[in-house]
Amino acid sequence: MINFEYTRVNSAKAAVAAKSKNVAAQFIAGGTNLVDLMKKGVTAPQRLIDINALPLKDISSDAKGLSIGTLVPNSVAAENKLVLEKYPLLAMALNAGASAQLRNMATVGGNIMQRTRCPYFYDITMPCNKRIPQSGCGAMEGYNRMHAIFGASDKCIAVHPSDMCVALAALNATVVISGTKGEKKIPFANFHRLPGDTPELDNNLQTGELITAVHIPANRFNRSYYLKVRDRLSYAFALVSVAVALEVTDGSIRSASIAMGGVAHKPWRLTEVEKYLIGKSITANVFKEAAEIGMKNAKTYQHNQFKVKMGKSAIVEALTKATS
Amino acid sequence: MDKNNLSETFFADDDRVDGLAKVTGKAKFTAEFKPAGLTHAVFVCSTIAKGAIKHMNIYEAKNAPGVIDIIYYLNCPAVPGYKPVDRIANPNARDFTGLKVFHNNMVVSNGQPIALVIADTYERAVHAASLVKVEYIKEKSETDFDKNKFNDKLLKPRPEYVRNQKDAWKNAEVFLEEEYTMPVETHNPMEMHATIAVWEGGKLTVYDKSQGPKNVQGELGRIFAIDEKNVQVITEFVGGAFGSSLRSWPHVHAAVIATKKLNRPVKVTLNREQMFTMVGYRPQCWQKIGIGASKDGKLTGIAHHAVSNTSSYEDFTEGISSVSQYLYDCPNVFTTYKILPLDINTPTWMRGPGPGTGCFALESALDELSYKLNIDPIELRLINNAEVHPQSKLPWTTKFLKECYALGKEKIGWHKRPTTPGSLKEDGMLVGYGMAVGVFGAGRNPATAKGILKNDGTLLLQSAVSDMGPGTSTAMVKIGSEQMGLEEKKVRFELGDTDFPTGPTQGGSGSATAVGSAVIAVCDAIKLSLKEIAIESIAGFKNVKPENIKYEAGKLIAANNVSIHFMDLLKETGKPEVQVSKSSSSFAQRDKYATNSFSVHFVKLHVHPVTGVIKLKHMVSAADAGKIISEKTARSQMVGGAVGGIGMAMTEESLIDHRYGRYINSNFVDYHVPVHADVPPMDIVFPNQPDYIISPTGAKGIGEIALVGVAPAILNAVYNATGKRVRDLPVTPDKLI
Repeated sequence: MINFEYTRVNSAKAAVAAKSKNVAAQFIAGGTNLVDLMKKGVTAPQRLIDINALPLKDISSDAKGLSIGTLVPNSVAAENKLVLEKYPLLAMALNAGASAQLRNMATVGGNIMQRTRCPYFYDITMPCNKRIPQSGCGAMEGYNRMHAIFGASDKCIAVHPSDMCVALAALNATVVISGTKGEKKIPFANFHRLPGDTPELDNNLQTGELITAVHIPANRFNRSYYLKVRDRLSYAFALVSVAVALEVTDGSIRSASIAMGGVAHKPWRLTEVEKYLIGKSITANVFKEAAEIGMKNAKTYQHNQFKVKMGKSAIVEALTKATS
Repeated sequence: MDKNNLSETFFADDDRVDGLAKVTGKAKFTAEFKPAGLTHAVFVCSTIAKGAIKHMNIYEAKNAPGVIDIIYYLNCPAVPGYKPVDRIANPNARDFTGLKVFHNNMVVSNGQPIALVIADTYERAVHAASLVKVEYIKEKSETDFDKNKFNDKLLKPRPEYVRNQKDAWKNAEVFLEEEYTMPVETHNPMEMHATIAVWEGGKLTVYDKSQGPKNVQGELGRIFAIDEKNVQVITEFVGGAFGSSLRSWPHVHAAVIATKKLNRPVKVTLNREQMFTMVGYRPQCWQKIGIGASKDGKLTGIAHHAVSNTSSYEDFTEGISSVSQYLYDCPNVFTTYKILPLDINTPTWMRGPGPGTGCFALESALDELSYKLNIDPIELRLINNAEVHPQSKLPWTTKFLKECYALGKEKIGWHKRPTTPGSLKEDGMLVGYGMAVGVFGAGRNPATAKGILKNDGTLLLQSAVSDMGPGTSTAMVKIGSEQMGLEEKKVRFELGDTDFPTGPTQGGSGSATAVGSAVIAVCDAIKLSLKEIAIESIAGFKNVKPENIKYEAGKLIAANNVSIHFMDLLKETGKPEVQVSKSSSSFAQRDKYATNSFSVHFVKLHVHPVTGVIKLKHMVSAADAGKIISEKTARSQMVGGAVGGIGMAMTEESLIDHRYGRYINSNFVDYHVPVHADVPPMDIVFPNQPDYIISPTGAKGIGEIALVGVAPAILNAVYNATGKRVRDLPVTPDKLI
């Protein structure tokens, strides 16, 4: 491991100041992803800024919605009463992620910032445009069973690995950010990026900026479900996952919000499906049509062709589970 | 106590004798030893699969903080045992066939160790290793098994086996022919391999994660031309191995090379990624089975073909198709087996080697045949039960396979199995039941043990075996305790040190019978010594013949009811202890008997009808393992083997990107071993019928049959649930949608 400096900060302001001074610095909280990346030589920050002492560990709610501090451990968020009552979808997604041990360490902010698990990104002997721009994509012609079917580019076909983020995307959350110019909010849909020509950028966070909280707006969804299909029953990334949030009255869908995981470089909102579902009644045929619409523009690679069929099945199943 | 009547009841207190040490961290595993002046070494590994090192720049690494030395092909001292042997001087000597570490600049696999960086701390060694720059002359490598599995120019055939007609199955009333494939599986024990080597005053001491300390001692003696008596190998505890520690791999040699070069103790530890490229794996395998039967289910012919991979520099075989020669009574059998050399490291035995892979195909094919015949799969197996070994016509020493069917069938609730696949649902899930048989060779290897019975009433037993987890110490304590009529807490078994009497390598489910027989021989000899002491020194025993003295619960009893406890005997005769070493020979009746352990595995599972996700609901394993010496450790072995079988069936697959010949999932995130959530409630049942022909312990061996047959039982249950026959392991959800 390459030597690095380590500092602790006590306020968001100090954190932002420390990071702005050094572009090769990184924040560390739970460290469940960053430490691995450092051990594997994928990243080598000159300085780690430990933000664990920051007072960003609260979960609070008001009429506008729910705020979750960036340092709240995934396991704490998953068991929080407010989360369970108002946003059970988020709790389901959180519990589907990683393992109990990792959920205890991993924070909400860190979960948003975690990097792809593409094997070519992790092995520094392999080409990877995300790790080293212009070095090529190992996965495109390589082993790509876990890779994207939506929104990929000819530079990168990696997927975002989070479960929590898929639920947050479906719940129209916003990411609350502290920077040198003060606080700003980015809607979840605009936070993570598609790879395009700059796969090295996972998201739109600027240098020096720190995620301080996630805000989930109050909503009228009264049915939700998170379905994750994976190779083993715990501690495995999604082959595909689906977060469904529906507002259903008198057997008819008033509004819908659906996001998928394991299919794109970011949580993938199925906006056309959402539009289609408005005003529809709850029938198997409606769900089947929704799945067809959702998977319409999928582009597959050598090993991930199954994701289209599995994606459709997962959409139908998640909608069925949410409404039954 | 009569050795032919070892108590059939289980001990109430059945804890492992080393359980407390293991769960409290007191047990010291190889990498935890700290001889004075210890240095830390890590490998630099190749990043190409085939070619040569053109240039290795070690300048920056050599100058990194804490670095003591870097050993690679240009500065590695010659290893005597890597030279071809002089066959005239030593007709029995064999060339060393494994990877000759740092021997030259050739690269034969990706992940091959090509340099050893030795530093004052592990972290500094890791960092310095990352600074070594290597330039290669790259050659085209071939690691793609599927592409080459029928390429006769590359394949190396093993002898064919033919019993009567090769193709009889084709003329059967009912027959099928199918192909079955299995990917590379990697052992991945929790404890990673490590070796500490200490060269001091012409004596080599090696702490090694090994299944056979004596084997390592012998090999290191040969390879480094050191008299065996000056080589001591210590293996106190092993955190799982599954076959990956059956031989000494490059890191063991590298540690010795380094300690001899530096005259300092050197510890070499592998990381998880290196566990994929240096310490073996279960080879990739393709199999084809043609099987035919009469309408009433009598098998008429089996043809079983197998191809598995090996490395470019060493032939590794494990007799995959042989299982079809003897598992069922069938008049016509044809088996072939070929190996395919690839540019990857050499495979090795992994739990249930040979039959583990072979039974996946045979037991799947038999299940397929049962549906074609419309005969219950258990009934089909009973119809074809081999009463004697089908090739040799010899009787088995013992065979309680039929009892296993009966016990397991009852426990799993076989009567609920739907005869039409895909027809039973429970909570919205498809329900399936499946079963399959496992088999492995049984026998008895030679072993020696020492026993020291002290006048304080304790018995110390020693043998140079190691215990990778099955509970060898626990079993030996139980045998010693029963033999000598002592409480278990008065008996101690020491192992894992080549200074103890020779014990066998732990593998092939042979420790209990081999070492257990030696322990019984030791106890018999101790009892005889005690009797002789009594005859010589105690009035009431004068002129009594030893065979007329009974030994019961620590007491010697003569016919005239004169008795004396051995503690009193030793004290009265001024002897602190009785010490004997005894050997037990290998099984000598192979011309009279066939010897096998058998198992039957049963599975009930759910398959999600839409997503294809499998949830195992209940598993039952019934094992004809002879006498069960320690119920808890026997059960644990069965459970562990079943979990290994779940991995084989559903999750485990080592993936190579053939463009680079490099593993891409060599870590615990991407290489999926089953987690707790995957493992269902399990019942383990034993007929518990002793086999005293194989050995006086009554045991036959458990470790291998615990895994062999589990994977096909799961696959057969998946078919029963879904109507989908998956013949390519592992069965991940995408294969069921």
